Amino acid sequence: MTNNTRISVNVIGAGLAGLSAAKELAERGVYVRLFSVQASERAQSNLAEGGINACLDVMGENDTWIEHYEDTMKGGCYLADPDMVKNLTENAPEVVMEMDRLGVPFHRADGHIIQRNFGGQKKKRTTYAMSSTGKVLVVALIDAVRKYEHSGYVKRYPHHRFEKIIIKNSECVGVQIYDIYTHTRSVFEGPVIIACGGFNGMFPGLTTGTTANTGLAAAELFSQGIEFANLEFIQYHPTTTEITGKRLLISEAARGEGGRLFYIRADGSYCYFMEDKYGERGNLMPRDVISREMAMLGHQVYLNLMELTEDTWTNKLSDLRDEIMHYMSIDPKIQPVPVSPGIHYFMGGIKVDIGHHTNLTGLYAAGECACAYHGANRLGGNSLLGAIYGGQTAARSILADMADSLKNDYALSDGDITDYKYMSDADKKISSVIEHELANGLGIIRNGKSLQRAIDNINNSINNYIQSLDIAGEQQLSDELINRYRFAIAMLTSALERRESRGAHTREDYPDTLEEYRRTSVIKWSGKMFIQE
Amino acid sequence: MKKVLHIRRQKAGSNDAYWEDFIYEYKEADTVATALMTLPVVWEHSCLQKRCGACAVVINGIPRLACDTRLSSLKGQRVVIEPLRKFPVVEDLLVDRSSMMDKLREMELWLNDDAVPDGEKMAFEASKCLQCGLCLEVCPNFYVGGKFGGMAAMAPTARLLNKAPEDQQPELSKIYDQNIYEGCAKSLACRNICPAQIDIENLLVKSAAASIWKIFRKKRKI
Ligand SMILES: Cc1cc2nc3c(=O)[nH]c(=O)nc-3n(C[C@H](O)[C@H](O)[C@H](O)COP(=O)(O)OP(=O)(O)OC[C@H]3O[C@@H](n4cnc5c(N)ncnc54)[C@H](O)[C@@H]3O)c2cc1C
Ligand code: SF4
Ligand code: FES
Repeated sequence: MTNNTRISVNVIGAGLAGLSAAKELAERGVYVRLFSVQASERAQSNLAEGGINACLDVMGENDTWIEHYEDTMKGGCYLADPDMVKNLTENAPEVVMEMDRLGVPFHRADGHIIQRNFGGQKKKRTTYAMSSTGKVLVVALIDAVRKYEHSGYVKRYPHHRFEKIIIKNSECVGVQIYDIYTHTRSVFEGPVIIACGGFNGMFPGLTTGTTANTGLAAAELFSQGIEFANLEFIQYHPTTTEITGKRLLISEAARGEGGRLFYIRADGSYCYFMEDKYGERGNLMPRDVISREMAMLGHQVYLNLMELTEDTWTNKLSDLRDEIMHYMSIDPKIQPVPVSPGIHYFMGGIKVDIGHHTNLTGLYAAGECACAYHGANRLGGNSLLGAIYGGQTAARSILADMADSLKNDYALSDGDITDYKYMSDADKKISSVIEHELANGLGIIRNGKSLQRAIDNINNSINNYIQSLDIAGEQQLSDELINRYRFAIAMLTSALERRESRGAHTREDYPDTLEEYRRTSVIKWSGKMFIQE
Repeated sequence: MKKVLHIRRQKAGSNDAYWEDFIYEYKEADTVATALMTLPVVWEHSCLQKRCGACAVVINGIPRLACDTRLSSLKGQRVVIEPLRKFPVVEDLLVDRSSMMDKLREMELWLNDDAVPDGEKMAFEASKCLQCGLCLEVCPNFYVGGKFGGMAAMAPTARLLNKAPEDQQPELSKIYDQNIYEGCAKSLACRNICPAQIDIENLLVKSAAASIWKIFRKKRKI
């Protein structure tokens, strides 16, 4: 039990979004508990490679944040909230400069930051550090937060898993946390920021991200009545490859620096299909466009990096070359790299407003778990930006709300702890059926029939399972399985209900983009599935 | 192709370790991590591409990352897998490495003011550190709770030494001397073990020189 003499904010997730929220709050004298299943050093944010976007206008191209705004809106097929994207892009230079002040070793020439090309953007505005941009950002933010750990404003709780939020009088007043080391549960009062990353665990082995982002936190929040948005939009990155247990990303930076996609014709010649169809910038079309082209092609696609200069390999992509050589036994300097699309990012997530509030007072969300800036398709380099900026924004909203709408006068005690059942081995078998159907239904190209089939198959297997257990009903299953089941159905239903093609959501049966669907799909669980416009 | 994974296990809250064998049918590209994913053994993993340091264990006596160790590269049929030895075991192969974070906090490693716009190359090299702890495992001079922080503490210090404003340099140099330099007997046992391939020797030399160099440069400017 904690005392209530001072309010602490509970941040769930210690990747870039969680760290940036913690820093922002601590800087302003608010106490923070930073919970995560693993330490920040292990978070998915560390894997980010290619860079972070901001209009710094350092490349002599007369770049403006308005153009960053326009590229982001266009890349997201005009689905994101224009005001939110305006805030993001207008503040992006300050975000990147703040990271620079924290000592992030961005690539420089003669002391000046250099930016690179990235997909879907007309100008060079991606700031980077080799292909390890996420890692250097996390390291700098950990150092910055350490200062506040030392002064007691931030307490890091690695190896602590979020189980559920505690709701009283329609306000989120705390969290229930499970200590993975001691196998004990506790409750902590105060408002909550969810920054738990993407939902990789719903697609095990099929994503480029970490195994630690199980989607469990999101699935529980869904069951607790939190609204989710645009769950149908899942980004398939065009250049990934299968390694054991996951998909390995070949960063977009490789194409930003001149890499070209091709397939081999029957006569042995190379067909640069993206350039043939979209011209000079074909290789840097937004990810949804390239992945769709690749899915329809029916050929093994390769990435030609053999024309990159020695300087590029040495100073900009040496770590990427090491990785390709290590995991694929291919030297990209002299051999083409076989690639295929893999799940990389979840554009949809917890529905938030411009201040990163959810539909529940006292609950906020930021980073990849929140549906905020990316519409129907995220541009490379915008997610690191969105995570850091989103964390800051959620923190600022809490500061404002603390003085105003948040009551926070609930003292929680051990009596508020409730059970949370994890999956049994038998449950896990059903879960793998769900995962299989989810992957089938939510491929790059979808159609109503296959989506409906996936929903039916999942419902059938759950119903059969319940009957085989001979128990009264759904409530008897483990919380984890029920949540995963509902969340899977929510994703599939969102995709089924969007009867158009837009960005990362391609429907064979509805190939056109329709004005009437230029709206966020919101889905909510309240005893039954609930989709609203 | 088969391997017998001989794994040192320990139940949560117990001090008694025991060994268990698992037979694993492997494919050419499978790593120790691939095998562990299929077993009912507790271990830590996240990126599966040697970018997060989670999966550090001892394999056939050598501290390594499970996701960076191909089964096909290991000689013999038996693969012995143990938890890191310098940290308390939580359960099976899962160890508690929070003492590494505690050390960095104790060393008060952060920037007091805005970073300087140079030193990128060394700061990048230092930022590569995964905080995996493999270097500490092989270091003859490191023990948990001691003054010497090992290479895992040297890397973050080196980042700051390269990026800190000049007036923080003397303080950082002192921290560096007391927690790294004085405890390091230059056995360099860590040199070949670092999965991030940090150029440890270079970082050591450059870090020792960094503060002096910056102070020198400041004087020259004046
Ligand atoms: C290989 C790769 C390369 C990428 N490259 C780029 C790039 O170049 N540019 C770009 O902009 N974006 C890139 N991205 C995307 C970007 O890295 C992520 O979207 C972003 O870092 C997400 O940050 P986050 O803070 O929201 O989440 P994460 O960094 O994923 O952090 C999530 C946190 O939540 C914790 N957590 C999860 N579940 C629970 C739970 N149940 N209880 C408690 N804690 C929990 C985790 O431990 C972790 O601390 C890339 C992604 C990948 C996978
Ligand atoms: S210096 Fe190398 S071995 Fe040591 S913790 Fe860092 S990455 Fe691991
Ligand atoms: S799981 Fe990340 S280094 Fe092995």
